[in-house]
Amino acid sequence: MDKKIKQNLGFLLLLICILTTIFFLGIILYFIVARGIRILSWEFLTQVPRKAMTAGGIAPVIVGTFYLTSGAMIFSIPLGLACAVYLSEYSPKSFIVNIIRISINNLAGVPSVVFGLFGLAVFVKYLGFGVSILSGSLTLGIMVLPSIISAAQEALMAVPQSYREASLALGATLWETIRKVVLPSALPGILTGVILSIGRVAGETAPIMFTAATFYTRRYPNSVFSEVMALPYHIYALMTEGVHPEEQTSIAYGCALILLILVLTMSVLAIILRQRQRSQSYYGT
Amino acid sequence: MYKKKENIIRWVFTVFAFSSLLFLVGIMVTLFAAGLPVFQEIGLFNFIFGKDWYPTYNPPDFGILPLILASFLVTIGAVLVCVPLGVGSALFINELATHKQRAILKPIIEILAGIPSIVYGFFGMVIVAPYLQRLLNIPVGQTAFTGSLMLGIMATPTVCSISEDALSFVPNSFREASLALGGNRWQTLTKVIIPSAGSGISTGVILGMSRAVGETMTVLMVTGGAAVIPTSFFKPVRPMTSTIAAEMGETVVGSTHYHSLFAIGLILFLITLLFNIIAEIISRRYRLKLGLGR
Repeated sequence: MDKKIKQNLGFLLLLICILTTIFFLGIILYFIVARGIRILSWEFLTQVPRKAMTAGGIAPVIVGTFYLTSGAMIFSIPLGLACAVYLSEYSPKSFIVNIIRISINNLAGVPSVVFGLFGLAVFVKYLGFGVSILSGSLTLGIMVLPSIISAAQEALMAVPQSYREASLALGATLWETIRKVVLPSALPGILTGVILSIGRVAGETAPIMFTAATFYTRRYPNSVFSEVMALPYHIYALMTEGVHPEEQTSIAYGCALILLILVLTMSVLAIILRQRQRSQSYYGT
Repeated sequence: MYKKKENIIRWVFTVFAFSSLLFLVGIMVTLFAAGLPVFQEIGLFNFIFGKDWYPTYNPPDFGILPLILASFLVTIGAVLVCVPLGVGSALFINELATHKQRAILKPIIEILAGIPSIVYGFFGMVIVAPYLQRLLNIPVGQTAFTGSLMLGIMATPTVCSISEDALSFVPNSFREASLALGGNRWQTLTKVIIPSAGSGISTGVILGMSRAVGETMTVLMVTGGAAVIPTSFFKPVRPMTSTIAAEMGETVVGSTHYHSLFAIGLILFLITLLFNIIAEIISRRYRLKLGLGR
C-alpha cells in the first residue's frame, strides 16, 4: 500500500513538472500573441516608422532581418556543408580530424555575445567593414556554422554504406559518388538542419548589436555596407531607448509577434520535414 | 585526368574543413589580443577579484568580481528552475506519457526551445518584473531572481530534450528486468532508469548551465544592471554578458574599458569551454557504460 502511494505521489510530481513547463511557455506565447495582434495590420508590415518610432510600420526592420539572415546563410551553408562532407566522406580517422571535431563542438557552445565581440574586432574594425550587413551576416554565419555542420554530418552518416559501395562498384569516382548518390540521399536531413538554423539566426540579438544593428534609420539598406534595423534588436531598442515608452512597448509587442511567427514557422517546418522523412523511410530499410 | 580532379576536390574540402578550426582559433586569438592589455595594466588578480566596477569614473575601477558573482548567482537560480522542470518533464514524456501524448509533447517542447532569448527578455521586462515588484513589494522588479526565473524557463526545453534523449537510450531490458523482479514503476524509475541515465541527464544539466551563463539578452533586460556585489536574490545585479552588451556601444576603441570588455568575453569563453569539455567527457563515459560506442 505504502509503495502504491509513493508511486502515485511521484507520478503526480512529474505531471506537475510538465504542466508547469507548458504553462510557463504557454503564458509567454499567450501574452505576445494577444497584445501583439492588436497592433498588427497591413500598414504595420509595409510602412516605414514615423514620428520617432512611435507610429507607422516596421517594414525596414523586417527587410533588415531578411538581409542579415540571408547573408549569414549564403556564408554558412556552403562552408558548413563542405566541412561536413569532408568529415564524413573524405576524412581519414586521424588526430587532426578529431581536433576539428572537438573545435566544432566547442564553437557550438561559445556564447553569442562572444561572437559579437569577435565580429566587432575582426569584421567591423580590423577588416574595416564597419557596422554593416556584411559584418553582421558574417558574424551570424560563423555563429551558426557548428549547427549546420553537425546537422549535415548526421544526415550524411545516415546514408547507408551500401549506397556508396554500389556506386563505387559501378566505377564512379569518390566525388561522383558524393555528388550523385550521397548528397541527394542526405538532402532532406540537411535541409531540416538548415531550416532550424535560419530560425536561430533570425532571432539572435547579441551578435548583431555591435556589428550590424542600429535603432533608427528611415531608409531601407542600399548596400552590404549599410547598417540595418533588425527585429530582435529593434525590440530591445524600443524597450530601452526613446522617450515614448507606451507607444514603443506596443510596437515592440508587434515586433515580438512577427519574430515569433517567423522563428516558430521554421521550427514547425523542420519538424514536419523530419517526420515525413521518417514515415517514408527513404532508405528502404 | 580523373585522378587529378579528384585530388583537387579533396583538397578543396580539406581547406573548408580546416576553416572551422581557424574560426575557433581566431576567436581565441582575438579575445586574447584585445583582452590581455587589461591584465598588464591592472593585473590579473586585481581585475578578477577587484570589488568595484566603475569603468567611466575618474579614476576608473576595473574589478569584475561583482559581475562574476552576479553571473554565478543568476545561473544557480536558473539551474534551480530548469533542472527539476526539465528533467521532470523528460521523465514524464519518456516514462508515463502514452504514445499519443508523447507524439504531441515532444514537438511542442522542441518548438518552444526555438523561442529567441530576446522574447524571454521582453516578456520578463514588461510582464514578470512589474508583477514581481507588486507581489513581493520590492523597489525594483528587475532583480537576480527575475533573471533566474526567465533564464530557467528558457533553458527548460533544452534540458528536457537532452535528458529525454538520455532516457531513451536506456535499454528496455533494464526496465523489464526491474519489473520482473517485482519492482513497481516508480521504483524502476528511481532505482534503475534514473541512475542509468544519470550521466546523460547531467550532460543536459551542464549544457543548460553553459547556456545560462552565456545568455545575454534575457539577463540584460531583466536583471536591472547594478554592478555591485550581489547581497540578495531580490536586488538588481549585472552579469558578465549584459555588461559587455550594455557598455560596448559607449566605449572608445582601444581604451582600457574597451579592452576590459574583451577580457570579460575571454573569461566567459573559458568558462563555457570548461562546461563543454566536462559535458563531453561525461557523455562519452555514459555512452561507453551503456555499450553504445562512441
